[in-house]
Amino acid sequence: MSYFSDIYKGIKTLLTGMSVTGKYFLHARKGAITQQYPDNRDTLKMFERFRGEVVMPHDENNEHQCTGCQKCEIACPNGSIEIIWDRGIDETTGKKKKFIDKHVYHLGLCTMCGLCIEACPTDAIVWAQNYENSVYDRTKLTRVLNRPDSKVKAGIED
Amino acid sequence: MNTMNIALNITQTIQDLLVGMMPESVASIVTMVVIALIYLIIFAVAGLYLVLLERKVAAWFQLRIGPNRVGYWGLLQTMADALKLVSKELTGTVKADKFLYNLAPYFVIVTSLMALAVFPFTQEFQAFDINIGIFFLIAISSIGVIGILLGGWSSNNKFALIGAMRSGVQTISYELSIGLSLLTMVLITGSLQLSEIVEVQKSGWLIVQGHIPAVIAFMIYMIAGTAETNRAPFDLVEAESELGAGFHTEYSGMKFAYFFLAEFINMFIIAAIATTIFFGGWLSPFGITDSIPWLGIFWFLGKTLVLVFLMMWFRWTFPRLRIDQLLTLEWKYLLPINLVNIVIMAIIVWLNLTIKF
Repeated sequence: MSYFSDIYKGIKTLLTGMSVTGKYFLHARKGAITQQYPDNRDTLKMFERFRGEVVMPHDENNEHQCTGCQKCEIACPNGSIEIIWDRGIDETTGKKKKFIDKHVYHLGLCTMCGLCIEACPTDAIVWAQNYENSVYDRTKLTRVLNRPDSKVKAGIED
Repeated sequence: MNTMNIALNITQTIQDLLVGMMPESVASIVTMVVIALIYLIIFAVAGLYLVLLERKVAAWFQLRIGPNRVGYWGLLQTMADALKLVSKELTGTVKADKFLYNLAPYFVIVTSLMALAVFPFTQEFQAFDINIGIFFLIAISSIGVIGILLGGWSSNNKFALIGAMRSGVQTISYELSIGLSLLTMVLITGSLQLSEIVEVQKSGWLIVQGHIPAVIAFMIYMIAGTAETNRAPFDLVEAESELGAGFHTEYSGMKFAYFFLAEFINMFIIAAIATTIFFGGWLSPFGITDSIPWLGIFWFLGKTLVLVFLMMWFRWTFPRLRIDQLLTLEWKYLLPINLVNIVIMAIIVWLNLTIKF
């Protein structure tokens, strides 16, 4: 008779479900995941995987890791990255070498897909976790990622 | 009529007060109006706070905080919502059946408020102690669906119509289970009058008196009651993902608020019926506060809110049923179990196997 076992199973599974939600209910006061945003903007820290904007980290010697390979520019589906590059003479080897003049990033065009960061062979660009990205002027959305007078870290191409 | 006069105390008090000022016939009409107004105000506010409770409970089930901005702890949130709804424009569709469209919300809200009249909140505080109390409640709770059907039909909108028809199917089916599960308990009490039923429970709440069949009847009643109020998991009437807002898709402003309020008052009514029939109404457990009669309202509301919480727990746990599952549950499971349960209860009452203190 599957009729009665169905009833038994039905009640059992319903009670299982209720115990799960009941546990959540009892722990709600301690573990509320709501961020009361404008109140806690001083302490609010976004989680690591949050995609705020693309940035290029520089170390203390004002050196970045971008070789100007343009893989990010090719990977970007909507053209938010433009790399203005030039050729110069490498001081140590004396050979001709490609270096970036400006790594231009249009935040206004970016859909935060992350393909540029996946494409980058040297991890020169990463996600930043800032979240208040609105500005009053459209031109402010166009950012130059490499700092003035910065240069590529030695040996990053090897 | 003698039995009615004892329990009609709140009505009596007001009438005695008024008789001094005006002729008796006028006084009795004024009494009714005054009591209606008192109930209207109390339950409009109570309905709003039930909405707030629902939102808070929902938040806690989902590890959120819930409304906490308007007033301390969000206590004025639903008041603000109601004010907003009052001030909103009443929109409608061009091809709606205007008369029925405007009539429908009143059907829903008036029937749910009418049902409140018969509850004994304490021994004294009962507006209308009719001797067919439970019958009245069952009858009134089925009228509400007419409002839903009218609203869905007259909106001239396919979502609303589908929602209303589902509501019709659902309410007509689950009415049976509600009626039969209450009938099971009436076998013990031998009376349909609510004050009498509470009186019987002075020798043990009915869920204790009737033990096994009473527990089964209570479970069936809670399932069918949840279905009757069109709440999740039986909310195919307004299934958001399928039908927009279901039968009240085309309503706005205060008319929408009537539907919304009626849903929550209905939830309160279902819980209040269960309290009165199964858990002894205003009686305190083991008679600990019998010497202070007005504390009965505290016990009544306490028990009712526990049952309301149970219904909210259902809502935030279970997924929505499909229409065939809904009907299978009623016609293949609840109804046969209920019929067998009535026979078991009858045997238990016949053989005097009830537990009495």
